[in-house]
Amino acid sequence: MAAPPVISLSRVTKVYDAGRLSVHAVRGISLVIERGDYVAIMGSSGSGKTTLMNIIGCLDVATSGRYLLDGVDVRRLDDERLAAVRNRKIGFVFQSFNLIPRTTALHNVELPLIYAGQRGPERRRRASAALSTVGLGSRMHHLPSELSGGQQQRAAIARAIVTNPAIILADEPTGNLDSVSTQDVLGVFDQVNAEGRTVVLITHEPDVANHAKRVVQLRDGQVMEDVRQAPVDGLPPRHRARTQQGVA
Amino acid sequence: MFSTESLRIAVSGLIANRLRSALTMLGILIGVGAVIILVAVGNGSSRTVQKRIESLGTNTLTVFRGSFGRGRGGRAFVGTQSRQSQLSLGDVTALQNKANAPDVASASPVVNATVTATYQGASYSPQAFVGTAPTYFTARAFTVAEGRFFDQSDYDSRARVVVLGQTVVGQLFGTQDPVGATVQVNGVNFAVIGVTAKKGSNGPQDQDDVALAPLTTVQDHLTGVGSLNQILVQAASRKQTTAAQDEVTSLLLARHRIADPTQADFSVLNQATLLQTSAATNRVFTVLLGAVAAISLLVGGIGVMNIMLVTVTERTREIGIRKAIGARRRDILSQFLIEAVLLCVAGGVAGVGAGLAGSHFKIVGVHPAVVPYSVALAFGVAVAVGLFFGIYPANRAASLRPIDALRYE
Repeated sequence: MAAPPVISLSRVTKVYDAGRLSVHAVRGISLVIERGDYVAIMGSSGSGKTTLMNIIGCLDVATSGRYLLDGVDVRRLDDERLAAVRNRKIGFVFQSFNLIPRTTALHNVELPLIYAGQRGPERRRRASAALSTVGLGSRMHHLPSELSGGQQQRAAIARAIVTNPAIILADEPTGNLDSVSTQDVLGVFDQVNAEGRTVVLITHEPDVANHAKRVVQLRDGQVMEDVRQAPVDGLPPRHRARTQQGVA
Repeated sequence: MFSTESLRIAVSGLIANRLRSALTMLGILIGVGAVIILVAVGNGSSRTVQKRIESLGTNTLTVFRGSFGRGRGGRAFVGTQSRQSQLSLGDVTALQNKANAPDVASASPVVNATVTATYQGASYSPQAFVGTAPTYFTARAFTVAEGRFFDQSDYDSRARVVVLGQTVVGQLFGTQDPVGATVQVNGVNFAVIGVTAKKGSNGPQDQDDVALAPLTTVQDHLTGVGSLNQILVQAASRKQTTAAQDEVTSLLLARHRIADPTQADFSVLNQATLLQTSAATNRVFTVLLGAVAAISLLVGGIGVMNIMLVTVTERTREIGIRKAIGARRRDILSQFLIEAVLLCVAGGVAGVGAGLAGSHFKIVGVHPAVVPYSVALAFGVAVAVGLFFGIYPANRAASLRPIDALRYE
């Protein structure tokens, strides 16, 4: 395949200036992630994994080094273009769900499409399709406060995949969930990856990392270990075909 | 994105905080309402003054006995003066002489009597019972509503006839037709020959609370022959009032043998000028009222800004989420700007309603007259205030860096 890798980081560093002290959160990480891969980034707190995630997600800009997202150097993009990149190429899933309160699940999922400028019934159709994919088809008109943690996180995943982005970025997506909801949400990630989407998730739980095809260990802002658990082209190792679509 | 979606998001934001939105709108409502009502009050009071000028006759001068104490040399002639000042019919005749006073069109003698009029058991004391000459009606711009005014032959024949104002008619006759009836004025029979058209109230003075009779008759039966209370002088035209005033002054000084004008035993009041001055004062007054109201509008605007800053801080995390899923600067900017403008528009509409409703009531004795431009101006300023005071908070929201906003707890 001639297509460039989805993510290509070379010698990326990030330095935070905290008064006189400067903190090196990321110290020269080089990483290439191919299309269709399912990567778990692991590391203890302070290892720089969230910083790396923010850089990959274009929420933050690297101090030095080069980052190509889908072959595009994001450091050269202005505010407006970065917003468009976040909108179309990246789907975010956060630890604390981050759904917009007092707004139905459906409208939350519609939001990225709204910012992409899509209108009318097509927008609604795509949003409800994404919600069905994550098994929330029957609860799309509920407010976040009326959904369980697992359901909120699945709605957030629906919001991340609705624009059909190049990568899904998840920062500790199961950190706030009980074990049942965790399995539930990981099942959704497996399925999303099985459908050919690139997934990058951050975790410190080995159980979660076992779902990934590749595990990257970070320590002190550097890559310590990079283990492939399953081929890029295949299905995720723990994937089970979903037999039931609905409320789990 | 800009139109319907921003609007929807902004409206839901406002609805989420109903009480806060309502209180913020109240600030704008009061500001807009105050501008409309206060400008209407100012305008209403200048209209009253305008009417007063017109009802007085626009080009009249009034000569009073005594001095108003103008200038340093002036003294009030109240009892202490050895010679009682007099205005006589001779003065009136002199003023009527075209050779003496070419700019004077007419001069009417005026005596005031304090009387009680009765008719079939009803009794009433008019505010003014005036004995005068027929020229008075023209000079004071009275018009006939019913019957006729007395004329020179009534004057010469000392006819016991009276012309009544609407208020007096109402008090004595109710709904009956007064023309042809006979009223007792301090026990003297007077035939009612006419009714004046309604002139309306003139500040505290009801101009329809008046009865007019020939001077000769009044002096014969009610006051006795003495000094006139006033001489009402009508100038030939409005432009000639100043010239007429000079002529009246010098003529009366000469007739009263007074060399020093500061020692004059009479004063000439140019009422139109006086009232025009008061109209100008009124305009200043209106502007001042408007300015005070505008300040309250400004305060309301600051309230909007304050609330928008709170809202932006409260929703920092939401802004972060929106940015993370692809909202651009202008999406966030328009969301909060629309919210601020909506607050002001809603407050402005309510304020216009309140202002128009409030202007129906009589306020400190003035019937407010709404000035259309003040409505448009107040509403326009309210919207502009929303934009102006919304820009800073909205810009602050739009400039937040997504990771900072997402980290905000």
